[in-house]
Amino acid sequence: MPKTPVQFRINGTDKAVFADGGQSLLDVIRREVGDTAPKYGCGQGTCGACMVLIDGEPHLSCILLAEMADGRSIETASNLDQGGQIHPLQDAFMTHFAAQCGFCTPGMLMAAKALLDKVPNPTREQVIDAISDNLCRCTGYEPIINAILDAAQNPSRRSA
Amino acid sequence: MAKHRGRGMAAINYPIGLNLGGDPSQALVHSNPTGKFTVALSSIDLGQGMKSVTRQIAAETLGIPVDDVYVDTADSDTGPHCMGSFASRGTHRVGNAVIAAAKEARGVMMEAAAEELEVDAGDLETDGKGNIHVRGAPHRSITVKEVAIAAQFRQGRTISGRGIFLIPMSGVDPETGAMKPVTTYAHACLVADVEVDDETGDVAVLKMNSAYELGRALNPRMVEQQLVGGAWMGMSHALYETTEPYYPDRDHGPSDFNEYLMPGPGDIAPHDIAVLERPAADGPFGGKGPGEMCANPVLPAVANAIFNAVGIRIDELPITPEKVLRGLKSQGGAKPPQVPFGGPKPNGAARP
Repeated sequence: MPKTPVQFRINGTDKAVFADGGQSLLDVIRREVGDTAPKYGCGQGTCGACMVLIDGEPHLSCILLAEMADGRSIETASNLDQGGQIHPLQDAFMTHFAAQCGFCTPGMLMAAKALLDKVPNPTREQVIDAISDNLCRCTGYEPIINAILDAAQNPSRRSA
Repeated sequence: MAKHRGRGMAAINYPIGLNLGGDPSQALVHSNPTGKFTVALSSIDLGQGMKSVTRQIAAETLGIPVDDVYVDTADSDTGPHCMGSFASRGTHRVGNAVIAAAKEARGVMMEAAAEELEVDAGDLETDGKGNIHVRGAPHRSITVKEVAIAAQFRQGRTISGRGIFLIPMSGVDPETGAMKPVTTYAHACLVADVEVDDETGDVAVLKMNSAYELGRALNPRMVEQQLVGGAWMGMSHALYETTEPYYPDRDHGPSDFNEYLMPGPGDIAPHDIAVLERPAADGPFGGKGPGEMCANPVLPAVANAIFNAVGIRIDELPITPEKVLRGLKSQGGAKPPQVPFGGPKPNGAARP
C-alpha cells in the first residue's frame, strides 16, 4: 500500500512522516514520533486514553487517520511541563491523588487543558462535561474533578 | 408515577488474605554502594499503592529516608515469589515479608557500622535521615552511604536480608467445617441514599456515608483515594456493570466500552468517609489494608436502599432499570416497607 507523506507540528517541533494507508494518528505519534504519552486503550474512540489536542481542540487520536493531521499543530501530555516546571494541572493531579494506575491520566490532562485554555474558571458541571469522553477505572472521577477545579482556581500553583 | 427515596446500609467483616491453601509472600532487600536500598518483590501494584506502602515499610524498618528506598516489583523473574495482589492481602502479607527482610538487612548494616565506628552494634541507632550514630553520642556518627561502601569494598559483607511471611495452612474440620482462614479482619459500614424512578426503573445514588476500620492507615491519602475509587466501583457493580445481562445467555452482552456501562463523572454521588484506625496485632505497623473491601459494602447498601424506597428485593446484579420495573410490576407498584430502619424516610415523609 502506498505511503502518504504527512507533515505536522507536534509539541512545537515540525515533523514529517510517511503514514501507511489507514494508519491512525495515535500510531504515528507513538511509533514514528516516539511520544508514548497518548495511550492505546480501546482503539475505538470510547475510552479517551489517546486524547491529544489538535489546534487546541481535543481529539481521539486512535480513530483519526494520520493524514487528517497534515498541516495541523498537535499537543500531547508530554508537552505540559515547561522549562523544568510541571504544569499546574499536573501539580493539581498529584496533590489530589487524581491517578491510581495512571493509564487514563494523559488523556484526562489533555481534556482538562482544552477546557481551561478556553474556560479559565469552569463550573463543576463544565469540568464533568469536559472529561466525559474519558474513562477512569480507579479514581471514581471525584479526585480528577477536584484537581481540575483546583488548577483553575490556582493557575500559578507549582510544586515546591 | 413518582420518584421514591430510600436509605440502605451494609456492614461487613472482611478477611485480609486467605490462608486455606497457605498464603505466603517473600521479599529481598539489599543495599547499593550509594547507601540506597533495593526491595525486590514480585507483587503487583495495580495502582492501589503497593509500591509506595512497601517503600515506606522498608524505610521505616531500615531506619533510612523513604527517598533512599527503591522497590523493584511486578516481575517474577527478578523478584522472589509472591502469591499475588488479591484477597486484600498486599499490605498485610507483603508488608510483613518486607519487614522481615529489612530487619535482617538492618542487622548487617548495624554490624558493618559498628565495625567502622569500633563500637558494639547494640549501642547504635539510626536517625531516619541517612545516619547511624552511637546512642547518646550523636557526634560518633557515620552515614549509611559510608557504611554501604565500607561493607562492599572493605569488609566484604552484603548488606541484605530475606523475608517471608507465611501463615500456616488452615485445615477444615471434617465434622464441623470449622476453619481459621485468616488472622485479621477489616470492617466497614456504608449507608447509601438512593432515588428510584418508578416510571423508568432508574436508580440514582444520591449520597454515600461510610466508615472503614482497616488497621493503621500506613498512607492515609492513598487509603482515602482507594476508598473513594472503590466505592465508585461498588456503585458501578450494583447498578451498571455486567458482561452477561441475561446470564447464562450471552445475548445482549456488551462487546466493547461503548456497550459496557459504568457510571461516568456526572453520575457520581457525594461520599463522606470516616477512617477508623485499630492497628492489627500481626499487621505491618498495624496495617491491614482497604483492598476489595472498599467496593463491597456499596452493593448490599444500594440493594437495601432500593427495598427501603419501593419495597422490592432484587438479588441479582446489576440492578438494572429492567429488573426494577419487573419487580414493581409483579408487586403492583411501589410499596415501601411499613417499618423502615426505625425512622422517617430520608426525604422527610412521615410513615403511617
